[in-house]
Amino acid sequence: MPTIVVDVMPKAELLDPQGKAVAGALTRLGNTDITGVRVGKRFELTTSGPVDDATLEQVRGIAVDLLSNSVIEDVVGVSVIDGPTVSTEAAPAETVAP
Amino acid sequence: MRIGVVTFPGSLDDRDALRAIRLADAEPVALWHGSHDLDGVDALVLPGGFSYGDYLRAGAIAAHAPIMSEVVDAAGKGMPVLGICNGFQMLTEAHLLPGGLIRNDVGTFVRRDQALRVEQTDTAWTNGFTHGQEIVIPLKNGEGGFIASDEELDRIEGEGRVVFRYLGVNPNGSLRDIAGVSNERGNVVGLMPHPEHATELGFGPDTRDAMRSGTDGLTFFTSAIRALQAV
Repeated sequence: MPTIVVDVMPKAELLDPQGKAVAGALTRLGNTDITGVRVGKRFELTTSGPVDDATLEQVRGIAVDLLSNSVIEDVVGVSVIDGPTVSTEAAPAETVAP
Repeated sequence: MRIGVVTFPGSLDDRDALRAIRLADAEPVALWHGSHDLDGVDALVLPGGFSYGDYLRAGAIAAHAPIMSEVVDAAGKGMPVLGICNGFQMLTEAHLLPGGLIRNDVGTFVRRDQALRVEQTDTAWTNGFTHGQEIVIPLKNGEGGFIASDEELDRIEGEGRVVFRYLGVNPNGSLRDIAGVSNERGNVVGLMPHPEHATELGFGPDTRDAMRSGTDGLTFFTSAIRALQAV
């Protein structure tokens, strides 16, 4: 069953306290070549039927209305993959702009 | 005068808010998130806590609770609505108030007795203060960083909708030291610090006079009563 992936990131111009905390930990662990970290969210939505344009339109709406808050975050991607991510081998089959 | 307090799954300070309302000589009314009934209240408080464990974003899921359609409706008709901490986060998520709240820039939860300056007394919840008055009430949050775009900040400052600013210490990285804001009409106010925890001798912040004697928070609730009496 296809899975729709929604990626949400904190707005670039805003502070990302989580990312800063992770970056600080990486520096303390000796990863001096890592200069920054930003922490976002990935949502995986599964559907009861096939994913068509109408479904994607619906998910883009959900992404803006609930999954993200446009004051502090941006939806940076809505894409379809073959099934829920279980390993790093799963790759997006189709990528569409939000 | 009946003032309702909505309890959500994960609300923590609903009972303190009900108590504060009673101490201000109004009738406290407990309301439930899953209902569509405001029980005829004259004003509303969305209390602090961690509704739905702050999952997704603080206040985001509660902002879509069944009772919120009635809250939004009542707010639009001018009913005084106060959002405290998690309640403030809900009001921003429900688009009743501008801006958003993100994790504290200090990277930790912060709990302290916090000094604030009252910047706007022409609201339903601050009319009993004097302009520029300094008050101290408890603050306790992990996601209290108030942010908005520069244009939005300029706009709300210009419209006099910054109601409270942090004094002395900015505890969470809030832009322009903003601790609380209002809607255009001034009936909806939200802030991160907790007025309901500074309403009774023996239980508030320390003052010069005596330990735990701070009751600056009581004026929020007496202000709402006064606003309702003036209608």
